[in-house]
Amino acid sequence: MEHYNMNLTLKVWRQKNTDAQGKFETYPVSGISSEMSFLEMFDVLNEKLINEGKEPIAFDHDCREGICGACSMHINGRAHGPWAATTTCQLHMRAFKDGDTVTVEPWRAASFPVVKDLTVDRGAFDRIIEAGGYVSVNTGNAQDANSILVPKDQSDEAFAAAACIGCGACVAACKNSSAMLFVSAKVSQLALLPQGQPERKSRALNMIAQMDKEMFGSCTNTGACEAECPKEISLTNIARLNREFISAGFTYEK
Amino acid sequence: MLDSKIPKGSLGAKWEDYKGHCKLVNPANKRNMEIIIVGTGLAGASAAASLAELGYKVKAFCFQDSPRRAHSIAAQGGINAAKNYQNDGDSVFRLFYDTVKGGDYRAREANVHRLAEVSGNIIDQCVAQGVPFAREYGGLLSNRSFGGTQVQRTFYAAGQTGQQLLLGAYSALERQIALGNVTMYSRHEMLDIVKIDGKARGIIARDLITGKLERHSGNAVLLCSGGYGNVFYLSTNAMGSNVTAAWKATRKGAFFGNPCYTQIHPTCIPVSGDHQSKLTLMSESLRNDGRIWVPKKQNDNRKPSDIPENERDYYLERRYPAFGNLVPRDVASRAAKERCDAGYGVGSSKQAVYLDFAFNMERYGKIEVSKRQISNASHEEIMKLGKEVVAEKYGNLFDMYAKITGEDPYAVPMRIYPAVHYTMGGLWVDYELMTSVTGLYALGEANFSDHGANRLGASALMQGLADGYFVIPYTMGNYLADDLKTKDIPTDSPEFVEAEKAVQADIDKLMNIKGTKSVDHFHKALGKIMWDKCGMARNEKGLKEAIVEIQQLRAEFWKDVRVPGTANEFNPELEKAGRVADFLELGELMCVDALNRRESCGGHFREESQTDEGEALRNDNEFSYVAAWEYKGPSQFELHKEELVFEECKPTQRSYK
Repeated sequence: MEHYNMNLTLKVWRQKNTDAQGKFETYPVSGISSEMSFLEMFDVLNEKLINEGKEPIAFDHDCREGICGACSMHINGRAHGPWAATTTCQLHMRAFKDGDTVTVEPWRAASFPVVKDLTVDRGAFDRIIEAGGYVSVNTGNAQDANSILVPKDQSDEAFAAAACIGCGACVAACKNSSAMLFVSAKVSQLALLPQGQPERKSRALNMIAQMDKEMFGSCTNTGACEAECPKEISLTNIARLNREFISAGFTYEK
Repeated sequence: MLDSKIPKGSLGAKWEDYKGHCKLVNPANKRNMEIIIVGTGLAGASAAASLAELGYKVKAFCFQDSPRRAHSIAAQGGINAAKNYQNDGDSVFRLFYDTVKGGDYRAREANVHRLAEVSGNIIDQCVAQGVPFAREYGGLLSNRSFGGTQVQRTFYAAGQTGQQLLLGAYSALERQIALGNVTMYSRHEMLDIVKIDGKARGIIARDLITGKLERHSGNAVLLCSGGYGNVFYLSTNAMGSNVTAAWKATRKGAFFGNPCYTQIHPTCIPVSGDHQSKLTLMSESLRNDGRIWVPKKQNDNRKPSDIPENERDYYLERRYPAFGNLVPRDVASRAAKERCDAGYGVGSSKQAVYLDFAFNMERYGKIEVSKRQISNASHEEIMKLGKEVVAEKYGNLFDMYAKITGEDPYAVPMRIYPAVHYTMGGLWVDYELMTSVTGLYALGEANFSDHGANRLGASALMQGLADGYFVIPYTMGNYLADDLKTKDIPTDSPEFVEAEKAVQADIDKLMNIKGTKSVDHFHKALGKIMWDKCGMARNEKGLKEAIVEIQQLRAEFWKDVRVPGTANEFNPELEKAGRVADFLELGELMCVDALNRRESCGGHFREESQTDEGEALRNDNEFSYVAAWEYKGPSQFELHKEELVFEECKPTQRSYK
C-alpha cells in the first residue's frame, strides 16, 4: 500500500451545548498521513487547537475498532463517511486525497439532541430496548444450553441482525429520521430464535410504541439506512418487523 | 498475611458448601437495600441485572453514553466453559487445571475452581437470553480451540462474542431498568468512594454533561470498572478505559493486587506511526487456523509470497511441538519479540511476524470439494471454497484488518505484533470478591483474582459473567445479612461532604494549572516509559529508572498540563486529565511491584530470571504469593502478602513442548 501525506480543509459543526446555536467552523490541517484513522486525524486537530489555546472538538468515540457504536460523525453528507460497512473510527485517511475539503456534522435527528459539537444523546435507543428488546429470563432459570435446538441458518440470520451496534447511523441517514432498522434488528433477532417466541408479539408492539413516543419518523422504504449501516444490517429486517407488528396487532390478546 | 476467607473442605466441595451455609437476605429486606455498581461491562451489567432480579435497588453508573458500549463489547474470540459437548476429555477439573497452569501457578485455586464450576451455567444463561452463539447444522452449539488448552471448549459468535454476550447482559439490565429496579446513570464517572465507620457507603460521581458532582449512598459498592491497560497509552483497550475507580478505591484503603501482571497479546495489528491512538487485536481464535512464521533469513525483504516453504521458520511449531501455534499468550508474545529482536521481523518496521491462513484455507477448500463431490477441482477453486469457510469464521476480523492496513489478508499473510491487552492484576479481593475495604467489592477485570500471572484466551468473558451472574448474588448477601438495620443512608453526613469537597478540589487544581502541554502529551510519555521498561521484558535497572522517570513526569504534569474549557460543562479533556493523573500514580506502583517480584511468571518476565531456553523461570520458594499493595501516600506503598497454597495443581515448570 502506497502511503502519502495530505493537507485538508475541515468544516466542522461547533455547538456549545444542546440549547446553543451551532455553526460551522473551518480548520486547515496539514501533514495528515494516509495511514491515520479519521479519528486520529481529529486527535491531531484537537492537539493543535489545545496548543493554540482553543477548545478542542467534542466527539463520541471509545473502542476505535468498530464495535462499541460510540462514534457518530456525518462526513461529507454520509453517516460514517464514504466507505461502505465502516464506522467512522475504522475509516482511514486513504479515503481522502490532498486538498480535499471535508465537512463533518453530528447525527441530525430531533430524537438525538446535540450534547456538544459532534456529540449527540442517543438515550432514545436504550429506552426502546427497555420497552421489550430482551427475553424475560432471570439469572439461574436457564436449562442446559444444548436443550434448545436452533437450525443453523436461522441462528446465522439472528446473528446477522444481532450484529447491530446501536450507533444511530440508520437514523442519521434517513430523510425521515426513522429508527426502523435499529428496532427491526432487535425484533428480528429474537423473533427468529425459539427463546424469543413467548414475548414475540408484545415485543414488536411495545418497541414500536416506544419508537413512536421518541418521535422517530416513519419508514418509507428508501433504504438509506441499509446503505449506510456500518454492520450491513439488512432491509429485510424491516420487512420482518412490519410483518411482526401487523400480525401481532391482529392476534395479540391482552 | 492476608486472609482470603477460602472455605474449608475439599476443593470441589468448597463452593457448594459455601452456598449451602452463607447468610441470606429475605426479599422484603432486599427491597430496602441500595447497591451501587460502577461500570456496565460483562461483570457490571450481569451483576446489576442479577441483583435487581433478586429485589435489591440498584444504581448503575457508566461513563459511556449507554451501558451497551462498555469495552467488553470488543472481546472477539469466545468464552470458555467446561461443557464437554465435544466429548474430547474436558471437565470442570481440566478447565480449572488449565487456568491455574496457564496463569503460571500464581492464581488462587479456590477461586479458579469455582469459576470452572459455574462456567457451564453461563452458557446456559446466555443462550436463554437469546445470545446467537455459532451452531452446527444439527442445531447444537459449536466450539473452537483457544491457546493453552488441548480441548475445544470455546463458545463463540463469529469474532464478536463479547458484543453478543454484553448485549445479552445489557438487555437483562435494560429490562430491570424498565421495571424500576435499576436506576441507570450514563455519562457519569465515579470519582471517589465514601467510607463511613470503615465501610464503603457510597460514591461521589460527576455528571459528565453538566459537570455537577453528585453524592450517592448504598449498602454496598461494586466496582466493575475493567482493567488498566491504558497506562501504556497504546493498548487494545477502548480510549476511555481507565483505572480511576479502582485507583480511588486504592487511595481509600483497598489493596491493589499484583499490579505488574500485564497481558501482552501476541496477535495485534502493528503500530503504523506516531499518530497511533490505539491498537487493534486480531483474535486469538485466528491461531486456530493461522500459522505464525518469519523468514529463516535475517532482514529478508522479499514479499511473503516469494519466500518458499523451506525458507520459512514456523517458530512456534518448532519450539513448542505439542501446542504449536496455540501456546498461551505470554509464551507466544515473547517468542515473537525474540524473533524480531534477533532481526527476523517483517514489514517496514521489522516489528512484526506473519500470521498466514493459506495452509488452512487450502485444507478447508479440499474438505468442501470433497463434501460437494467436485472432481478435478483446480487450485483456484479449492482456495475460493476455503476462503468462504474462513470468511464465515472470521470475516469481521479480516475486514477490520483490511480497513486498517489497506491489505487483503485473504491474499497476503497478516502482519502482527504483540500489544498490551489485559491486566491480570487489580483490586485484591477475598473469596467473596470483597476488597480490603468492608462493603466494597471488585468484579471482573477490575479484580486480580482468577488468572494468576497470565490469562488464557476466552477466560475474561467467563470470569466477568461468573462474578456478576453467579458469585456476587451469593457472597454479597452474606455481608448484607448483617447490615439489615442500615437503611436510607443520608448523603449529607460529614463523610460525604468531605469526599465531595476533596473531589472538587482535585478538579479545581487540574483546571487552574493552565500549563502548556496537553493531557495526551503526558499520557504518551508515560506509555513510553511503561512499554520500554515495564513491558514485555523487565529488569532491575530499567524498573528503577522508570520509577524515577514517572515521579518526574507526574510532578511535571501537575505543573504544566493544560485542560481547556471549564469544569461545569461536557469536557472530555478534563475527564482524560483525571484519568491520566491516576495512571501516573498506578504506573509507579506497577514498577514497584515488578521490581519486588524477582522472578519471571506468566506475563511478568524478569530478564534476570529465565531458563537456558529463554522461558520464564519462577521462584516458588520466595514468590508463591499475591502481592497486595496498600497505599500509604504518594510513592509510598506497603506490601501485604497472601500466600498461595496449591492442593491440586502442583507447581511445575510450565511446558507446552
